[in-house]
Amino acid sequence: MIGMSIVKRKPLPGWVMLVIPVAAVFVTLLITSIPILIAGGNVFKAYGALFQGALGSKFNLLETFVKASPLILTGLAVAFAFRAKFWNIGAEGQLFAGAIMATWVGIYFTWLPGFLVLPVMIILGFLGGGLWATIPAFLKTKLKVDDVVTTLLLNYVIFHMMGALLFGPMQMPGSSWPRSASIMDAAFYPMLIARSRFHLGIIISFVAVLVIWFINNKTVFGYQSKGVGINLNAAKFGGINTNMVILKTAIISGGLAGLAGVGEVAAIHHHLMMDVSPGYGYTGIVIAMLGNLHPVGVALAAFFFSVISVGAQTMSRVAGIPIYIVGIIEGVALMTMLIFILLTEYKIRWTKS
Amino acid sequence: MEGRILEKQPVIEMRGVTKRFVDVIANDKVDLKLFPKEVVALLGENGAGKTTLMNVLFGYYNLDGGEMLINGESVTFSSPKDAINHGIAMIHQHFTLVQTQTVLENVMIGMEGSFFLNYKKAKDKLLAIEKEFGFQLDPDAIVWTLSIGEQQKLEILKALYRGAKILIMDEPTAVLAPTETIELFDTLRNLVKSGHSIIFISHHLQEVMDICDRVVVLRNGRRVAEATVSETTIPELASLMVGRELLERLDKGKSKTGDAVLEAKDLKVKNNRGITAVDGLSFVLREGEVLGVAGVSGNGQTELSEMLFGEIKPEEGEIFIYGKKIPGGSPAAVIAEGMARIPEDRIKTGLFMDLSVKENMILESHIKEPISKKGLINMKEIRIFADNCINSFSVKTDGMDIPVKSLSGGNLQKVILARELVGNPKLVVACQPTRGLDVGAMEYVHQAMLDQKVSGSGVLLISDDLDEIFLLSDRVIVMYEGKIMGEMSAEEADRDKIGLWMSGVIS
Ligand SMILES: Nc1ncnc2c1ncn2[C@@H]1O[C@H](COP(=O)(O)OP(=O)(O)O)[C@@H](O)[C@H]1O
Ligand SMILES: [Mg+2]
Repeated sequence: MIGMSIVKRKPLPGWVMLVIPVAAVFVTLLITSIPILIAGGNVFKAYGALFQGALGSKFNLLETFVKASPLILTGLAVAFAFRAKFWNIGAEGQLFAGAIMATWVGIYFTWLPGFLVLPVMIILGFLGGGLWATIPAFLKTKLKVDDVVTTLLLNYVIFHMMGALLFGPMQMPGSSWPRSASIMDAAFYPMLIARSRFHLGIIISFVAVLVIWFINNKTVFGYQSKGVGINLNAAKFGGINTNMVILKTAIISGGLAGLAGVGEVAAIHHHLMMDVSPGYGYTGIVIAMLGNLHPVGVALAAFFFSVISVGAQTMSRVAGIPIYIVGIIEGVALMTMLIFILLTEYKIRWTKS
Repeated sequence: MEGRILEKQPVIEMRGVTKRFVDVIANDKVDLKLFPKEVVALLGENGAGKTTLMNVLFGYYNLDGGEMLINGESVTFSSPKDAINHGIAMIHQHFTLVQTQTVLENVMIGMEGSFFLNYKKAKDKLLAIEKEFGFQLDPDAIVWTLSIGEQQKLEILKALYRGAKILIMDEPTAVLAPTETIELFDTLRNLVKSGHSIIFISHHLQEVMDICDRVVVLRNGRRVAEATVSETTIPELASLMVGRELLERLDKGKSKTGDAVLEAKDLKVKNNRGITAVDGLSFVLREGEVLGVAGVSGNGQTELSEMLFGEIKPEEGEIFIYGKKIPGGSPAAVIAEGMARIPEDRIKTGLFMDLSVKENMILESHIKEPISKKGLINMKEIRIFADNCINSFSVKTDGMDIPVKSLSGGNLQKVILARELVGNPKLVVACQPTRGLDVGAMEYVHQAMLDQKVSGSGVLLISDDLDEIFLLSDRVIVMYEGKIMGEMSAEEADRDKIGLWMSGVIS
């Protein structure tokens, strides 16, 4: 009989962590070629169409960036929180908070000078998401309530609060649908490349990647928040105010998700509605894991997901593969990545007896 | 009882059992016998190797040397399953129960047999066992509703259900309230009456005297003594456990004592189980001396160190550094006053095991210039600082960028020493600074403490290793149940007297 046991391995060199996401993507595409074959498709043709559809023309590439932008922000939000072991499953709700704030500014702040509308909207959107995330942070640090549960459940709370707004004070006059009026033109994210949807929010998400990288690597706060995540006891022992670190981490994390919400309203929909996000907050969790919680990793993972979801349209048209393959690829990518991360810490030992 | 025991064959015999970990020998040629219907105590300080020895017996670890016999037959266990099949059960320090399932379900988990569980039959069998040994656990109670004492009984029930004849109990009383301990002992006596044999791990001397027939003492992985309980005394066991003869004589170095560096006044605090752990403790530590705090572990030393380090807040009493009152429960305040702190558990509280060596070096200085300025860290200064630490304390590491967890135990401790002592602090508080270290690393730590003293610092050394206390201290105080039993200077040190103090007897 052959037995299997999992044993800890010696620490691997740092470069391995860079290779892993690439390898994981490769293995994912290998595994997902099985369902493609089952669906009767030609693997090379299918993947060819996928990448063609996402990257093959200037317009397609720019669309891929458009799709990547909210995913980068929610992915960063989750990654930044997870790094401090603040288990923020609530990026979706924080995104809603940001979107509500953006809509509020966009509709009612008509008294503001035009050039101030966007900055105010962005700041309030960030604060909206950030403050929403402080609720579970307080519950965690003061009352020791589990943050996985609170961040997740608060998603539903704000979803229904948004519903109450959209059926109530924020509902577009004369509409019977739960949607707000359109925001003013001054609150639109400007399009930066003609005849495309390449908007300001994309730049914001790239700046966010740099800022988070900078915080992580160059600031005292980045060191402290990493320390809190790795060993709370040692962080306390070292004189770090761990509750404050968790609180600030929550604000930044929620704020990033809030910015994703601002982008969806200001660049894509131009009004608020119940399905303002197709689950970007949840996908952000997968992206954070896939990116190994590193900001650049997150950006690449978000881009990968975006390629798949934009390219899948073409793939299904050209190779006749159902569009649902997107879900399979995303799921397999997460599983592969998690297994790879596990294998960096542990190895499998086969025993014969 | 002894006469009868001698005629019989031991149910368990461990001969020359050796178990090595990467940088420590946890068990060094240990012999252990367990006779039928006997309770043997395995006595020793933390890190003496008790748990490891039992894990070897239970098949968790392979032997690196020696052999084991069960009922006179040589055996090799490749997993706990083999041990269970030989009628051995181990009750761990941490329970292995499924909190959301019932008592009965927990008992049935992992039992071989038919695919369909026969609840009725299992319940009848469980109730029969409960009746035989005087347990009163409702088979349908959910585990998390049970008290800790009841959960422990459930662990014992699980073992009995599987037909165990030999029970290994790893510090079973550490989690229990006093009344629960009495109940546990009743249970153990019932078990022995019905033919079971028990290995009982503890470092509580009174408990050993109460429940055991024979005691085997481990120290630094070696079996240093064995005694029949009826023929020994608590003070004798205490000194066997914490060390007997001076192994070596270090030159303690001369220094003049100066101002009071650290003063504790009437400190009082409860432990996390709500029992008073430190009970009105006062002392003064002066510049240029090592003050040793001796005692059998579990007498409040951990809580004392945690109060001094700022990790927990004293309920009563005050702490002064150079006459300045320190707010309780604030590590930052203690760090600001320049206390060098060597914590008891370097992995749990001392280090970020997943971070690099350099990131661990700056734990306490990361908010100070030049390591950081206006919230931004200065990588160049960090490298200079870490490099200096590594060189001054000859930390053996493959650079400062590798994770600290890849260092050996001795070098982990050197990382902490380096970070704490590199600025030549005037006050050093060390709690069990050599626990689990090999001899070389131990000597290094000792020398570092003495150097610190000679340079004029005050050093508080809390240790349950009496040899270490005598080796380094100029003055010794002994803690028992959170109080100071007495004080003596190194010259007048008298081991017998200290042994008495450590067991709560004032002579
Ligand atoms: N899995 C392990 N890996 C490395 N060292 C270990 C391991 N388990 C125990 N040790 C070391 O072996 C020694 C004995 O530990 P242990 O058996 O747990 O002592 P005790 O139970 O008497 O407190 C200690 O120095 C400890 O640090
Ligand atoms: Mg132990």
